[in-house]
Amino acid sequence: MADIRLVEIKEKIFADNDRLADEIRGRLKQKGVFMLNLMASPGGGKTSLIVQTLRGLKGDFRAAVIEGDIDSMVDAEAVSREGVPAVQIRTGGACHLDAVMVDRALQETDPEGLDVVFIENIGNLVCPAEFDTGATRNVMILSVPEGDDKPLKYPLMFTVSDALVVNKIDYLQLTDFDMKALRERVLRLNPGIRIFEVSCKTGEGIPGWIEWLKGEIQAYKA
Amino acid sequence: MHELPITENILKVVLKHAGEDGAQRVVRVHLRVGGLNDVVGEWLQRYFDYLSRGTAAEGAALVIERTPVTFRCEGCGASFPVKVREVEGIVCPGCGGGKATLLSGREFFIKHIEVT
Repeated sequence: MADIRLVEIKEKIFADNDRLADEIRGRLKQKGVFMLNLMASPGGGKTSLIVQTLRGLKGDFRAAVIEGDIDSMVDAEAVSREGVPAVQIRTGGACHLDAVMVDRALQETDPEGLDVVFIENIGNLVCPAEFDTGATRNVMILSVPEGDDKPLKYPLMFTVSDALVVNKIDYLQLTDFDMKALRERVLRLNPGIRIFEVSCKTGEGIPGWIEWLKGEIQAYKA
Repeated sequence: MHELPITENILKVVLKHAGEDGAQRVVRVHLRVGGLNDVVGEWLQRYFDYLSRGTAAEGAALVIERTPVTFRCEGCGASFPVKVREVEGIVCPGCGGGKATLLSGREFFIKHIEVT
């Protein structure tokens, strides 16, 4: 039997994706384009938050949206109705977006004339957290009906996000959702995360979210 | 579902290094996976067995070292492991402080391979 020898590798499995993601970030920084990767469970409120945000940014910033879904054009159509260009990626089965897919979609958006690009990631609290999209900021949404124990069950998602938007606060009286417990759990995992409590339906809390986002974009472009 | 693109990446990296080394066959692949990653070893091996057919890595066994999720206390600087899916909060075993930063747990790493 031949001798077995050891070959050192020491390579991160996502090295290729991470490299491309960094490249995308560099390119967008040169062009002054802020990219936000929005993640949440299906039905959490990603499209709703994007629609509210687009209305809040109108007139100040030019935006485009990259929509990611396994199938369907419904989200891209909702964005188009706001008068904003949308590119729909239909993955046909992949459960997350990665740098390769985002890179291809960016080529269709013409970043030259834009200030901000939103990525609406696939509805999923597991896989999107593992893949760097090249975004400037990661934001996740947790909606009240999903429960306040999600940081215990999906720690990685809460760890990789720069901001958490707690949506559907108009449901608080109908559930046992403990906002204080949620905040404690999230801040323990990620002390630097910003938390916003909103209802995309009633509009409550949205101005605070928009104000933060505008600040982030302005600081980035300065 | 999620294991497939990961396995494709592992195979790609392994074959690249095996090729550069001039190896005939890959016997074992040693991985380090941090505790924050949700990966099932059995699935990884099954997908790997399927994808590696006909390559130099066919039949290679994946050896997975699971590493703990560790935090560093912002109060006293001590590092300690945390079972993030089991505990309610993070408490430093040294000073009892509740503020800590994530030190490890996100890595997903190919350490080395054994070849002939």
